[in-house]
Amino acid sequence: MSLRTAAPPVPLGQPDVATPARPQPGREGWARALRKDWRLYSLAVLPLLFFLIFKYVPMAGAVIAFRRFQPGGSIFGEEWVGLYYVERFIQDPKFWDTFANTAIIGALTLVVVFPLPVVLALMLNEVRVRWFKKAVQTVSYLPHFMSVVIVAGFVFELTSLDGTVNKIVEALGGDPVSFMQRAEWFRTIYVSSEVWQTVGWGTILYLAALTTIDEQLYEASRIDGANRWKQTWHITLPGIRPTMMVLLILNIGQFMAVGFEKVFLLYNPLTYPTADVLSTYVYRVGLTSGQLSYATAIGLFEALIGLVLVFAANAISRRITGSSLW
Amino acid sequence: MVNEVLDPVSAGPDLAAVRGSTTRVKETTGYRVFTVLNTVALTLVGLLTLYPFLNLVAKAFSSQGYIAAGEVNIFPRGFNVTTFQGVVSDPMFWINYKNTVVYTVVATAIAMVLTTSFAYALSKPQLKGRGLLVGMALVTMLYAGGLIPNYLLVNALGFKNTIWAIVLPNAINVFNLLVMKSFFDNFPQELEEAASIDGLTTYGVFFRVVLPLSKAVIATMILFYAVQFWNSWFQAYLYFDQRDLYPVTVYLRNLLAAATSTESLGSDAVQIASNVQSVAMLLTVLPIVCLYPFIQKYFVSGVMLGSVKG
Repeated sequence: MSLRTAAPPVPLGQPDVATPARPQPGREGWARALRKDWRLYSLAVLPLLFFLIFKYVPMAGAVIAFRRFQPGGSIFGEEWVGLYYVERFIQDPKFWDTFANTAIIGALTLVVVFPLPVVLALMLNEVRVRWFKKAVQTVSYLPHFMSVVIVAGFVFELTSLDGTVNKIVEALGGDPVSFMQRAEWFRTIYVSSEVWQTVGWGTILYLAALTTIDEQLYEASRIDGANRWKQTWHITLPGIRPTMMVLLILNIGQFMAVGFEKVFLLYNPLTYPTADVLSTYVYRVGLTSGQLSYATAIGLFEALIGLVLVFAANAISRRITGSSLW
Repeated sequence: MVNEVLDPVSAGPDLAAVRGSTTRVKETTGYRVFTVLNTVALTLVGLLTLYPFLNLVAKAFSSQGYIAAGEVNIFPRGFNVTTFQGVVSDPMFWINYKNTVVYTVVATAIAMVLTTSFAYALSKPQLKGRGLLVGMALVTMLYAGGLIPNYLLVNALGFKNTIWAIVLPNAINVFNLLVMKSFFDNFPQELEEAASIDGLTTYGVFFRVVLPLSKAVIATMILFYAVQFWNSWFQAYLYFDQRDLYPVTVYLRNLLAAATSTESLGSDAVQIASNVQSVAMLLTVLPIVCLYPFIQKYFVSGVMLGSVKG
């Protein structure tokens, strides 16, 4: 949604679509534009430099995935080595382990976290007592504002041997589990913490979409004898479908970008078998072991998968539902 | 259900509430059962969301014995403030806390200057090359250089162990940029035209007409950035190797890491860490939790602004 009005990049030297009033093409047009609007351009200079230096130089810097990098040398590497690092990660079993972990955690997060805000929004939508609705909304948005370090702290507190979760386990007759040391629990814990932090905030856009549904539709359906459940199924859900699709596309695009910071804070060598994802592997290979080119190659691969996923999800959504990001 | 047909329905701002009121006349038993269940479920959602916070406060004020026995839930047991005093008297905690404040203020100020001026320039249709500039910003939402190239760049620029390492690489958040741009897009054109006819230059219009009338969106953006920078930790963790430069989030992260590594060793160390940890966490979230009820609506409106029209 937020991307929809993005104008396609205009090639240099051609008339800007937004200014049909100025017909001169080419250099002359630019000189004129600069002379006339130089104050406006001056406002854009520093931000432009920011994007070039801090966003586009690192994009170009990813070229060291194909070049040998020497510490202290150029950040763009020293000499071409072709696909050496790509071949290396393809033959690296650890790469495939982390790849699988990333896909599994990403899929679990998508499947669990994506539908819940819809459910919560529908539940909130049925509440008539306004102060109660406001209170639940206020409380459920709060976790969104917490630093990931705080969230990790909560996870450690609640899952520790003397934490609340283990007390419940004991009350139910089980033995306490040191959850954070056990690889088989990592995914559950990760996804649960995501639910806690994101579901409330995720309802905002749905609640907004719900208020735009035409009230007459509900009236008409009531005349036709539809009960509340049928109204929800046949009017409310289709009404928020475009919002759902856009958010689904965005979520799929971030599918492989499993929250690096949270995994990094929560995992430890004991839980690596399930917790180690591509981005944490990149961190350890690159910054702990110092294999910068190799780590960049893996990072580049991950970024490209993300890009492909967004484009694919967008194309599929446009084909099936007609709503898409661009 | 027949009765409802007669109900007048007026379009109001809160259609959900209106819809509710129309059915109040007569409800099916099933719906009444649903309402009760729904209320119970939502109350549970609220309590589960709040539980970690309540537990945190309770632990911060409890004595270690009760925490070790796992008897602290939402009320403090063996009330005491010794841990509090312990953390409060650790000078490093306050040095790091002060760092967080400084980093947040400086980073937010720089981010606001860059974001506001760029958003304003991009909102002007006569800006030649506007599409190119917007596209350039949008691309960075889909694709980024990645951890290692960023790390090398920051090091090459000599930003290691300086505030610039955490301020500059994140100085413009593209989502915030789009929110501001869409606000300026909808700014009444006539006001700006009138001001420029009165002899104001672009700068004059921007600083003396547009900005004073954009206080609400500016406040929202300041909050977005301030929370982002207050909460951030990884940049500092990555680029700082002196303890007295850390923000408080990294102080906390190191407490957590220490606690995890001792968990396997023995439980006494964990208790101490857990107690101290609670107090440090509490002090870190306090500003946000205290301000939160007042600023929440700005965040919600900011999200809507960014999504309705980007």
